[in-house]
Amino acid sequence: MTDIETFRHETRAWLEANCPASMRTPMPESETVWGGRNATFKNPDSKIWLEAMASKGWTAPTWPKAYGGGGLTGEENRVLQDELRRIHARPALLSFGIWMFGPVILEFGTEEQKQTYLPDMVHGRTWWCQGYSEPGAGSDLAGLQTRAVLDGDHYVVDGQKVWTSYANHADWMLCLVRTEPHAPKHEGISVLLFDMKTPGVEARPIKLISGASPFCETFLTNVRVPASQMLGPKNKGWDVAKRILQFERTNISASGFGSGAGLDLVDAAKESIGLENGKLANSDLRSRITKQRMYERAFHLTMRRGQEEAKAGAEVSHYASVLKIAAAKLNQDKTELLVEALGMEGLGWEGEGYRPEALKATRDWLRAKANSIEGGTSEVNLNIVAKRVLGLRDHQ
Amino acid sequence: MAFSLNEDQTLLKDAADGFFADHAPVASFRKLRDAKETLDPALWGEIGAMGFAGALIEEHHGGSVMGLRAMGLVLEAQARTLGVSPLFQTGLMGATILKLQGHSAQQDAFLPKIADGSHSFALALDEGAHHAPHKIDTQATKTAKGWSLSGKKRFVPDGAHAQTLIVIAKTETGLGAFLVAGQAEGVTRHALAGVDSRDLADVTFEAVALDDAAYLGGKPLDETTLDLILDHGRIGLCCEMMGLIGASFDMTHDYLKTRTQFGQLIGSFQALQHRAAAMLVEIELTKSCVVAAIDAMERGKGVGEAVSLAKARAGDTLQLVTNETIQMHGGIGMTDAHDSGFYLKRARVLETVYGSSGFHRDRWAKLHAY
Repeated sequence: MTDIETFRHETRAWLEANCPASMRTPMPESETVWGGRNATFKNPDSKIWLEAMASKGWTAPTWPKAYGGGGLTGEENRVLQDELRRIHARPALLSFGIWMFGPVILEFGTEEQKQTYLPDMVHGRTWWCQGYSEPGAGSDLAGLQTRAVLDGDHYVVDGQKVWTSYANHADWMLCLVRTEPHAPKHEGISVLLFDMKTPGVEARPIKLISGASPFCETFLTNVRVPASQMLGPKNKGWDVAKRILQFERTNISASGFGSGAGLDLVDAAKESIGLENGKLANSDLRSRITKQRMYERAFHLTMRRGQEEAKAGAEVSHYASVLKIAAAKLNQDKTELLVEALGMEGLGWEGEGYRPEALKATRDWLRAKANSIEGGTSEVNLNIVAKRVLGLRDHQ
Repeated sequence: MAFSLNEDQTLLKDAADGFFADHAPVASFRKLRDAKETLDPALWGEIGAMGFAGALIEEHHGGSVMGLRAMGLVLEAQARTLGVSPLFQTGLMGATILKLQGHSAQQDAFLPKIADGSHSFALALDEGAHHAPHKIDTQATKTAKGWSLSGKKRFVPDGAHAQTLIVIAKTETGLGAFLVAGQAEGVTRHALAGVDSRDLADVTFEAVALDDAAYLGGKPLDETTLDLILDHGRIGLCCEMMGLIGASFDMTHDYLKTRTQFGQLIGSFQALQHRAAAMLVEIELTKSCVVAAIDAMERGKGVGEAVSLAKARAGDTLQLVTNETIQMHGGIGMTDAHDSGFYLKRARVLETVYGSSGFHRDRWAKLHAY
């Protein structure tokens, strides 16, 4: 047996022994696991599953073992993901830390920072949030005004962040701050890491059109952060920020903005509208559904192509923006079509008279409107493609 | 799935790009068009000599056995410069039909001639303006000496010049494929002047006498095989469409970087930047689908679905890109002196042949049972 076959064999056996049966069933949204200090496990098997996976480092499979990761090669990781899919295993942990922040700490952090933060991410002991946007700095992120002023061996942070995902649950924030107010805007930014329990940090959830509150406004008043908690060099934070955005866009694309199992578009349309001669009775909707499904298929094929080309060593950084634009469009089109296919049943808000999955479709549709805004608007991503890929210049 | 090219394929792609840029630049097409000619015998000879025509043919038949991906790369390169040759109908369609439906004597007789470029073929299938491969009225009747063929095929690509027509006809036992010499008695070919200035013809068959050797495989052509043959063709069309998309987009991209208005390069205007970037997104998505279709064909799994996905997406993307090419060039793009019109005209023909985007969306939906 080759090494990789042995690895597959052992992985399969380990998963067989360690993945609880209930972790191989579709995951209701209420059972998602984000970890953190105050983690709750609605299903006790979720805790067992997280601990088992974290003990192998497989919540962060390719991170070095020295920091709690799995130390797997890319090929081994693909085998692991294959095997997880094979048994329909739920993700043991959802984590912005693992998706976005750990990779930049590995790239830009000090040895001490790696030792301090990464193992906690792997084990789901900390829930991280991203202090990026501000009321006056949305698409123009580099225009951020939150200030950090050195006072002895601490930075004192004052300002306001907004659209901070789950800041009300998070334990730690990776925060962009302005440390040099007189420098050109991209050159005076630094990255600070701080505990959300630090005095002066207050997160207030924002209610969205969908009724949910996944985002917060976060007020930072006289927040004292040890200077040792700066990630990367002072005033060079924009490089870190851009790397995180790439990870964020890639991650958003990989998840396809999915929000857990819901109604299948074609099945729902067939049930709600019916077939005539084997074809969906509304031929206009049938055609538009097909365009959307083809777009979705093309998107997934392109994801795979990007991964394969990256593996082969090609320069693929532009895929992050290309795929982010496409992911937003496909999810918005999909949720819009599902609501249309369900007719009036797709337009319920709550309560009796609507199937729960139809209510979910409505909420997903409303939630999806943010897809072309969050993680960089589609317009900002089009700017990036135009400038970085096509080499088109700015207006003089 | 193998999305990336291997070393041999990369070498072939470079060779094909260089070959067509040197031997069949767009200026050559313009000359042919101006002269109202639809065949460039010298180019076809060189294509044969390069081994491109035999890409799908085995070594013992004189082929280069490079495979479908390689054929696709050559067709893409040819389309980029609007090269005119029987490569698609002969090297792809002719070879595929002979391989999938012909018996060994027929293969021995014709595959070597395809490989060396000495014989050309054209598939005579559709009988109306819209692709309808299962609606055939042309009739082949068994006679004492062989067969008698009667009917009319419309809009046959390469139909005026091809030495042998491969005619799909009804027989008493289902569809059949017949090899018919273009010069045979009872065959009348009316060359059509299509918008893309290529070989296109209506072909009438009046009691054309054929011997038994003309009947491909000596057996009916079942629907699955016909679909498989056409799916090979559709993949080839997708590759040609990627060539047109690439050339058209590059032309537009260059123009955005050189044309000045209001004292600015027009590529600095955000309205145009976003449209150019949006095209690139569509192109990247479509490219993945075309490669996946080739992959599906090579594995023999999920072919119909993968091919219809590719053809529908390539058609839509090509339409977008060729229209934007004209619009972003402004007035110059509307002139005959500029090449963008050539790409637009060729684009619509390739979008239509062997099924429009709408045809393939319908097929895809049927394959998914809705």
